Amino acid sequence: MSKKEQHTTLQVPAIEHGTVIDHIPSHATLTVVKILSVLEDLVTIGINLSSHVMGRKGVVKIANRKLSPDEVAKIAIIAPRATLSIIESYEVVKKYTVTPPDVVEGIVRCVNPSCITNHETVRTRFSVAKAEDGGLRLRCAYCERAYDQEEIEIV
Amino acid sequence: MSFAGSDVISVADFSREQILHILAAAEKAERGQLPMFTSRKVMAVLFFEPSTRTRLSFESAMQRLGGTVIGFADASSTSTRKGESLFDTIRMVENYADVLVIRHPLEGSARLAAEAASPPVINGGDGANQHPTQTFLDLFAIRKTHPRFGAAGEPPLRIGFLGDLKYGRTVHSLSIALSHFPCELVFISPPSLALPRHIKEILTDRGVACVEGERVEQHIDSLDILYVVRLQKERFADQLEYERVRGAYVLQAGMLARVKPNLRILHPLPRVGEITTDVDRTPHAYYFAQAGLGVPVRQAILALVLGLV
Ligand SMILES: [Zn+2]
Repeated sequence: MSKKEQHTTLQVPAIEHGTVIDHIPSHATLTVVKILSVLEDLVTIGINLSSHVMGRKGVVKIANRKLSPDEVAKIAIIAPRATLSIIESYEVVKKYTVTPPDVVEGIVRCVNPSCITNHETVRTRFSVAKAEDGGLRLRCAYCERAYDQEEIEIV
Repeated sequence: MSFAGSDVISVADFSREQILHILAAAEKAERGQLPMFTSRKVMAVLFFEPSTRTRLSFESAMQRLGGTVIGFADASSTSTRKGESLFDTIRMVENYADVLVIRHPLEGSARLAAEAASPPVINGGDGANQHPTQTFLDLFAIRKTHPRFGAAGEPPLRIGFLGDLKYGRTVHSLSIALSHFPCELVFISPPSLALPRHIKEILTDRGVACVEGERVEQHIDSLDILYVVRLQKERFADQLEYERVRGAYVLQAGMLARVKPNLRILHPLPRVGEITTDVDRTPHAYYFAQAGLGVPVRQAILALVLGLV
């Protein structure tokens, strides 16, 4: 991370304990917040921060908790290059990049209106692959339609 | 290789070896070399949307193997009308039969049925998505007309597709299945009805040489197979455009003057004017013979999933 970028990330107030989700595509930042199932603690959000790698990015900081594996999988689908930092006493104690799972179950809605998953109670299932442009392609296991990351809807 | 107990939902689930295994069984079925069931086997046909041709072809195939058939031909007679879910209907019917054939207007319905049922499920068409037995029938037609198709070391076949390639599900499934074999694919359609990007991506990922064009005359002389599908008026946003382009997608005998002697023309039928009847009398027409392959192909698939061969 460049000095300047470190500075912009600090534009979102630091947290004492908790998790920082960085390198979110700006447009996906609010979706990341929506994914977080429990919002009892302080959540601070930065959108359109300048980023050396991404141009513009989003940052979300959640005080006093870690993310569940389910939340991490969802974030990986809409922000495949996001980094997670675990913060304790204002220090980063662990930092890692999310990895999109090969298959996601029950977290993405198929936007094909003729798909059986929109007519019956079915837990959705999508296979996840890297597209040529570096983004993700998700294919519905039922109707077999493929979607770009930008087209998908989180359940 | 055993298929006993397997579902047949999508061509995307089948490897090259599995496809060749099905075609070999279809050849046996055609020569009358498949055995008959020695114990009573029941096939349930669950047609939530009518398709007389597909249903009769499955029923004929099952009866030729010595099996019996139960089922319904359209959804009006079933409890889904009363709001029962597909999942529950399948859970009920699976107790009555050894194999289920389902046709349903919603995409992915056959996959869901296969997850609900323990006996093998065969997809007889799930909306715009898949109709795998039609695809195996199309592959069998290619094999019959070009017997070296699929053999090791053969030069690639050049296979053209003509018509509405955007909505034509038979084109999507067949081209995906062909990606396992050495072939060059030529897609000829109006630009607004070109092959969808997600299909093209799968083909190029698998290293298939693909060409796209708008005029059949520019490509027909180099083809070994021409697969024609309907160009439906309803698919055009602009009716004037339909009137303007439709003529370019009607195959006539005059276009066949300089084609390869071994060119064969396929069509999933029924046709609605996209191949003129003067083509029927040329040695290149194969679509009626192709339709006749539906029964042996379905016999082969039933025999395989029921463990008969
Ligand atoms: Zn779907």
